[in-house]
Amino acid sequence: MSTHIPQIIRASHLGKKFGSLQAVDDLSFELTPGECLGLLGPNGAGKTSTIRMTYGFSPITSGKLEIFGLDINTQWRRIRAKIGVCQQENNLDPDLTVLQNLEVFARYFSIPGKEARDRAIQLLKFISLENRKDDKVTNLSGGMVRRLVLARALINSPDLLILDEPTTGLDPQARHQLWERLELLQKNGLSILLTTHYMDEAARLCDRLIIMDQGKILVEGKPAEIIHTHVGDHVVEIADPDEEVREFVTAHGFLHDLLDRRIIIYGNEADKLFEVIGDRFCRESCIKRLATLEDVFLRLTGRGLKE
Amino acid sequence: MDNLRIDNLSWRFILVWNRNMVVYRKIWFVNFLVPLLEPIMYLAAFGIGLSALIHKVSYQGTPVSYVLYIAPALVAITIMYNAFFENTYASFVRMYYQKTFDAMMTTPLSLEDIIAGEIFWGATKSVIAAAIVLGVITCFGLVSFPSGLLVLPVSFLGGLAFGTVGMIFTGLTPTIDMYNLPIFLFITPMFLFSGTFFPTSTLPGWAQKLALALPLTHVVNLCRAFFLGKTSLGLAWSVLYITAMFILLFPVALIVMRKRLIS
Repeated sequence: MSTHIPQIIRASHLGKKFGSLQAVDDLSFELTPGECLGLLGPNGAGKTSTIRMTYGFSPITSGKLEIFGLDINTQWRRIRAKIGVCQQENNLDPDLTVLQNLEVFARYFSIPGKEARDRAIQLLKFISLENRKDDKVTNLSGGMVRRLVLARALINSPDLLILDEPTTGLDPQARHQLWERLELLQKNGLSILLTTHYMDEAARLCDRLIIMDQGKILVEGKPAEIIHTHVGDHVVEIADPDEEVREFVTAHGFLHDLLDRRIIIYGNEADKLFEVIGDRFCRESCIKRLATLEDVFLRLTGRGLKE
Repeated sequence: MDNLRIDNLSWRFILVWNRNMVVYRKIWFVNFLVPLLEPIMYLAAFGIGLSALIHKVSYQGTPVSYVLYIAPALVAITIMYNAFFENTYASFVRMYYQKTFDAMMTTPLSLEDIIAGEIFWGATKSVIAAAIVLGVITCFGLVSFPSGLLVLPVSFLGGLAFGTVGMIFTGLTPTIDMYNLPIFLFITPMFLFSGTFFPTSTLPGWAQKLALALPLTHVVNLCRAFFLGKTSLGLAWSVLYITAMFILLFPVALIVMRKRLIS
């Protein structure tokens, strides 16, 4: 049975080459209306390259990419009119005030002066910066800057919001401030495509995730499902494991990672045998915890340094 | 020719121009100060200082006072400096340090709109500065009117040409410090040898021909003719030269910037 929902993003066999480097390799994915899709992956996985293609900044090398059913190669102007983008770098205009940053940006979308001001004021309220409207942006804190970048991306009332590492470098308070606003936008039906290095961010905000490495998709699915499928629900971590633990784990065929000075065993608490590990081997310097997205991420993309 | 995308050019370049105008108006006083005071300094130094040594310079067979001779050159130099420096240092700062172009390229603006807007803005700065210098020199009684007003359209045209040259260097320069090179090789020789402070006719024959290839020579020609009220049909060649320079180099600016910024 085929349902016909108009997709926000439809990428098929998308490729991006920089010289001889294949940054994005045969990537196919979709983003349905109202969905938040997260792209996860280590540095150099091709996340930013993918995102840059979706707003027509970087030309695609191969494949097909449609946003709102429009071809990005030919209809990029119409597409950009309906999307909002937070790039990785904070590129607010330092020559302008907080309010002017929004007003001038609104002009780029051909929003007339009066309406531009109204929307700007409204968005400043949304990000709690209305009392800083005449400040120079260089006087804002990191979290305020990020919120203003978000407000700027919303100035054209977009149908799709693209966020490239929205909370990198922020303190926990600022991160939560931003998350709350993103959740509100999501609740109002805004479609979001985001990249992040933070697994908690991905798990909290995204309906669906794509974990990628070296330009290819490794896994795709709902956060909880991905965790369940790839590492189970629970984890026991034992520091400096002795011979006995290692033999037990291998003998019973547990999914595990043996690191230099640590063994990580994945399983399910309902599993009696898994419980035995906890009872028999878990002394001091042992952690029992829920499995997280980070476990999946590290298992799939490796623990070595990526750069 | 993958990097020449004239089809991407639209009326939206005016929105980029508008952004620069908003910033300019915030510090208009500082922006006005240089073109206001600089010509006074030049007129004082060259007019009072050098006039004691040089009494008259021959212009089209008629002797004119030295101060009258150099006054139009001051406007021409202002035109060159304003557009060239705007589309080198200032554009580079916006492009490289402030990432202003990157942010613009998430909106319906194309790279071509942005570059056109920047060059158009550089030319606008030339017009504003030239108007101020014109006003100052008028106060010294050194301008014939109404022909003197024609330097305003000249300043726009000259601004477009010098800004485009500047933008090409911006597309090519690896660092902001490297602008010293085009300034030394291009701007300074023009400042000195374009019939600015002495007639090119005093140069040896080969150098005269070389001076004729310099765009500033033509801007100086036009300004001087309009200042002294000696308009002639021959000036059309100078207009043509500057226009052709802009039309031929503008696509080059678009190509080098696309090569630099889009990957």
